[in-house]
Amino acid sequence: MTDITDSAAQPERRETGRSILEADARTKKRNRAETRFKAYGIAALGVGGLFLIALLWAILSNGLTAFTQTYVQLDVPLIEEKLDKDGDRDPAKIAKVSTFGYNPLIEQALVELVEREGLETELEPKALTKMLSGAAAADIRDRVLANPELIGQTVSFEVLASSRVDGYLKGRVSRESLARDKNLDAEHLDLIDALQQTGAVEKRFNWAFITGADASDSRPEQAGIGVAMLGSLFMMLVVLVLSLPIGVAASIYLEEFAPQNRLTDLIEVNISNLAAVPSIVFGILGLAVFIQFMHLPQSAPLVGGLVLTLMTLPTIIISTRAALKAVPPSIRDAALGVGASKMQSVMHHVLPLAMPGILTGTILGLAQALGETAPLLLIGMVGYIATNYPDGVAEGFLAPNSAMPAQIYEWAKRADPAFYERAWGGIIVLLVFLLAMNLLAILLRRRFERRW
Amino acid sequence: MNDMRTMDNAVNHDTKITARDVHVHYGTTHAIKGVDVDIADRTVTAFIGPSGCGKSTFLRCLNRMNDTIPGALVTGEIKIDEADIYDPRVDPVQLRAKVGMVFQKPNPFPKSIYDNVAYGPKIHGMARNKADLDEIVEKALRRGAIWDEVKDRLHAPGTGLSGGQQQRLCIARAVATEPEILLMDEPCSALDPIATAQVEELIDELKQNFSVVIVTHSMQQAARVSQRTAFFHLGHLVEFGETGKIFTNPEDSRTESYISGRIG
Amino acid sequence: MPTLPIVLIVLAIAVAAYLLARSRAQRAAAREGRRLHSLPNYYGWTGALYAAGPALLLLAVWLVAQPVATRMAVWPVLEAEAAPNAQPALLMADVQRLAAGIDAAVASGRVPAAEAGDIPAEELRELMAGQGVALGSDVTPATRQAALRWRGLSAGGDLARTLAVIGLALVGAAFGVSRAKPDFRARNAVETAMRGTLIGAALLAILTTVGIVLALIFNTIEFFRLYPAAEFFFGSTWSPSFGGGSELGILPLLWGTLYISIIALLVAVPIGLFAAIYLAEYAHKNVRSWAKPMLEMLAGIPTIVYGLFALLTVGPLLVDLFGRNGALGVNWMQGGTAVMTAGLVMGIMLIPFVSSLSDDIINAVPQSLRDGSLGLGATRSETVRQVVLPAALPGIVGAVLLAASRAIGETMIVVLGAGAAARLSMNPFDAMTTVTAKIVSQLTGDADFSSPEALVAFALGMTLFVITLALNVVALWIVRRYREQYE
Repeated sequence: MTDITDSAAQPERRETGRSILEADARTKKRNRAETRFKAYGIAALGVGGLFLIALLWAILSNGLTAFTQTYVQLDVPLIEEKLDKDGDRDPAKIAKVSTFGYNPLIEQALVELVEREGLETELEPKALTKMLSGAAAADIRDRVLANPELIGQTVSFEVLASSRVDGYLKGRVSRESLARDKNLDAEHLDLIDALQQTGAVEKRFNWAFITGADASDSRPEQAGIGVAMLGSLFMMLVVLVLSLPIGVAASIYLEEFAPQNRLTDLIEVNISNLAAVPSIVFGILGLAVFIQFMHLPQSAPLVGGLVLTLMTLPTIIISTRAALKAVPPSIRDAALGVGASKMQSVMHHVLPLAMPGILTGTILGLAQALGETAPLLLIGMVGYIATNYPDGVAEGFLAPNSAMPAQIYEWAKRADPAFYERAWGGIIVLLVFLLAMNLLAILLRRRFERRW
Repeated sequence: MNDMRTMDNAVNHDTKITARDVHVHYGTTHAIKGVDVDIADRTVTAFIGPSGCGKSTFLRCLNRMNDTIPGALVTGEIKIDEADIYDPRVDPVQLRAKVGMVFQKPNPFPKSIYDNVAYGPKIHGMARNKADLDEIVEKALRRGAIWDEVKDRLHAPGTGLSGGQQQRLCIARAVATEPEILLMDEPCSALDPIATAQVEELIDELKQNFSVVIVTHSMQQAARVSQRTAFFHLGHLVEFGETGKIFTNPEDSRTESYISGRIG
Repeated sequence: MPTLPIVLIVLAIAVAAYLLARSRAQRAAAREGRRLHSLPNYYGWTGALYAAGPALLLLAVWLVAQPVATRMAVWPVLEAEAAPNAQPALLMADVQRLAAGIDAAVASGRVPAAEAGDIPAEELRELMAGQGVALGSDVTPATRQAALRWRGLSAGGDLARTLAVIGLALVGAAFGVSRAKPDFRARNAVETAMRGTLIGAALLAILTTVGIVLALIFNTIEFFRLYPAAEFFFGSTWSPSFGGGSELGILPLLWGTLYISIIALLVAVPIGLFAAIYLAEYAHKNVRSWAKPMLEMLAGIPTIVYGLFALLTVGPLLVDLFGRNGALGVNWMQGGTAVMTAGLVMGIMLIPFVSSLSDDIINAVPQSLRDGSLGLGATRSETVRQVVLPAALPGIVGAVLLAASRAIGETMIVVLGAGAAARLSMNPFDAMTTVTAKIVSQLTGDADFSSPEALVAFALGMTLFVITLALNVVALWIVRRYREQYE
C-alpha cells in the first residue's frame, strides 16, 4: 500500500477559508436550480389538481340541471264524447283512443290556461302544444286508462314541458340559438316567462330522471337512467357472485398451495397479463364465446356480467393475494402446530383474517367493473333503448337491457344536445355509486385494519 | 495492529468540533440528552456504546443529515471551526461538502467507479476540466487505498466490487470533495475481517489529513483505530477521554460495565 | 325438464347422501368400537361431493354441448335448400324461434301436442304471429322440417339430460355413502376435492387467455380467407362499405392510435413523473395525505366520463382556441373531435397511472443511495436527477411502456373524442381514428358477422392484443428485473 503512505507522509495544508456561514456563488446557483426543480414538482401536482377540478366542474355544471325538470300545470277537460263515446267506461274501448285523440284536449287546456292567467298571445292553439313534451298526451292517456272514472271531469295534470322550454329555463338554450330553430318562437318564450311568473310553469326535482326509463330520440325531457341502473345492478350481481368465490379460490391456491412449477408460473404470468389486456378485447371474447358460440342472448345483463367477471378477476385475484400475504406465517404455523391440516389452517384461520382485505379489493374491483363501457358496446348493450323495467328476476338477467355507462354513451351519441345534459347527469349518478363503493372500501379498511 | 499503537500517537489538541448541550428528539422520542463534547482535529475519535444509545444519531447531527429525517429536532449548539452549523445562514449542502460521511453499508451509486468518485467534485464544481477531474479522482482513489485495485477498470460499475472494495470506494468518494471532517457510521459492520483490517488501516492513514469521527460497535476496533473515545449510554455521553484511559481505567461504572461486557 | 329443477333435485340427492354417509360412518364406528379417521361431517361431505360434483359437471357440459350438437344435426336439413349466399346463423335463428314458438303454442294449448308435427308450412307463420313470435323470413318446407327436427332432437336431448344427470347423481351418492367406513380418510378426500376446485379456479386465468386467443385467431383466419392479409397489414386506405368493395388497410388506424398515444404520453409522463418525484422526495406527510388521494380520484373515474369530457368540454375548448375564428386565429382545427382532443384527455387519464407506478419505483430506490449523495453535499434535486432517477430508470421505462399499452388499448376516449375518419395526417388537430374505435364501429350495428367488414374487427383485435401483450410482457419483465435488483 505504498500509495497511501505517499500522500500520508506529508500532511498537506488545506484551505480553511471556506466559511459555511455564507453561501458562495456556486451554492446560490445550485440552490436556485433546487428551487426550480421543486417548483416543477409542485406545478405537476397543481396541473393534476387543476385537471381534476376542471373535470368535476364540467360534470357538475353540465349535469346538475338534469336533476330538475320543467313541468306545466294543466287543467285538462277529459271530454266524454272524445274519450268514451258510449259512456260505459269499457277499458277496451277507451284504449282504442290513441294519443292523437288527446291532443285537442291538451290544446284546449293550454288555451284556457293562457286565458285564465290573463295573457295574450298571437300563437295558434296548435302551435302552443310545441311547448309541451310529446310525452304529455301519452302520459295523460295512461292516467285515464288507469282510472277511467276521470273521464268527464276536468283534471289537473302536471305534464312535461318540451326539452327546448326546459333548456330555455335552465339557460342551456338561448333566444338567439332558438331563432334558428323551427320548434319554438320568441312568442313561446315570452309566454313561458309569463307563465313561470304565475307559477303554471315550474322547475321541480326530477325523480323521473333517477327512476325512469330511456326515451326515444325526440323526447330527451323524458329520458331517465333508472332502467339502466337496474341493468347495472343485475350485472354487478353476476360479477359479485362469480368473481368473489372464483377469485378467492384461485388466490388461495396460488398463495397457499401452489408448488413452484411451470404451471404455477404460467398461471401467474397469465393473471398479470390479463390485468393489462385492453377491456375491449374482453368484449371481443364475450361476443365470440358467449354470443356467437354459446348463443346466450345479446344485450343481456347476464352476458355483460360474465364479460365483466372475466375482466375483473385478475384485479380481484391480485388484491386477494395481497390480503392473504399480509396474514403472518405465524398464524399458519400455530394452526399447523395444533394438528390442523393445511386446508383447515387456511380455511379456519388465514381466510377469516384476510376477509376484510379481500372484501375491500372486491368492492374496488366491482367499482371498476361498474364504470366499464367498452366491452358492453360489443355485446350489444347500446343502440338498444331500454324503455321498460324487466318483468322479474330471470328477465332482469336475460332480457335485453342497458347499463349506466352504456346508457351515458348512448346519450352522448344522440343528435339532440338536450341528451348531453342527461349524459352528464348520468355521470353524476354513476360517480355517486362509485364514490359510495370507494367510501365503503375505505371504511372497511379502517374498521378492520390490523397491524401485525 | 496491536492495541498499544494508540499510545504511540501524540494526541492533537486543536479543537475542530465543539458541541454544547445537544438534544435530539424524534417525534416523542428523546434520543440525545444534553451532550457536550470537543472533537480534535487530525485525530480519530470513536463513539462507542450499546445499540440504540444515540451514537449514530449524534454523528448525524454533525453534518445535519438528521435534517433529512422528518420529525427530527436538534437543539443546543454545535460549532465547527467556531461557526455554528445550525445557524440559519448555513446551507447544509455546503456544510456536507466540508463534513464528509461514510455509511454503515457500502452504498456505491449504480454508476462507474470513476463516476462514483467524480460525483462530489462535479456537483461542487471542483474541477475546471477533465484533466483536473481525472487528477482529483486518482488522488481520492489513492487516498482510499483502492487505486491499485481499480485503476484498470475505472469505468466498470462500482456495484460490481467486493464489499470491502465498495466501502473503500465510498471512502474515496467522500474524500474526493476535500472535506475537513470525515464521519464514519460503523463503516466495517458489513465487512469481513480482512476487509475490516484494510479499512482500519486506511482510517489510521486518514487522520493525517482529516478529523475522523467513527461510530463503532466493536470495542476492539475503537481501541485499535482511535485516539479518543466517547462512551454513549441511553442518550447520554457518559465518558469521554483518551482511548487508552477509557479502556484501561474508566471513571464511570457504566463505562466499566460496558467495557467488561456486562451491559450492551 | 328445465335446468333449475334438475339442479335442485341433484342438490337434494346430495343432502340425502350427506346425511346417510355421516350416520353410516357414525354407526359403523359405534358398532365396531373404533374411532373415525375424520370428523363425521367429512364423511357427509364425501357423500355429497360424490353425488353432486360429477352430476353438476355433466349438466354444465351438456348445457353447452347440446345446442351446438343439435345445430350440427339440423343444419343438413336446411343446407340443401338454402340459397348459396344465405347466412347459416340467421337461418338457424329462425329455425330456433320457430321451434320455440311451436313449443309455446303447444304449452298454451292452442295446438294439441299430437298435431304439432302436422301443421303445414303456410299456416305456421300465422300461428307464430298469433304467438307473438316474429320470423325473419317466410316458413319454407325446409325450415319447417328443420324446426320439427330441432324440436324432436331437443326433446330427446332434454330427456336424456335429465335422466343422465339424475342417474349420475344417484350412482355418485351410492358410491359416496358406501365408502363411509371408519377407516376411510374422509378429510383427505374432501380436501383433495377442495384443492381440485381451487386449482380449477386458478386455471380459469389460462382458460380466459386461451378463449381470447382462440376467439381472435379463428375469426381472424376467417377474415383473411375473405380479404388478403397483405392488403390488411399494408393498405393505407380504410373505407369499409357493407355493400362490398371495402378497402380495409390497418395503417391509418395504427397511425391514429400511435399519434394519440404519443400525445397522451407527452402529457402524462412529465406531469406524472414530476408529481411522483415531488411526492416521494419533497412533499411533507400532510401534502402526501391529500395529494395522493387526489391523483387516485383521477384514476377512479371511468373512461366514459373522460370520453364525454373530451367530446363536450375539451373538444369545443380547443376549437375555440385553434379553430376557425378561434382565439389564436390559426384555423388549424375543423371540429371538436381530433387527435389532440383525445390525446390530451387520455394524457389526463394516464397521469395517476404513471405517477403511482413511478412512485412505487422511486420508493424502491434504497435510502442509502440518497444518504450517500446527500452526505457528499448534493442538493435534493441533484440527488434525484443524478442518483435516484438513473437508478430508477429501468423501472420508469417499464412504467411508461405499461402506460403506452393502456393508451393503445383505450377505447371510450377515442370513440367519443378522436373522430371517425381514418386518415394519415400529421396535423394533430385533424380528426383521426384508432384500432379500438374501429373495432367498436365494425362490431356494433347490424353487421352480419360473416362479412369481411365485421370480421376485420377480429383482425384488428388480434393486432391490438399482440401489441399490448408484447408491451406488457416487456414492461412487466423490466419492472420485475428492476425490483429484484433492490431486494
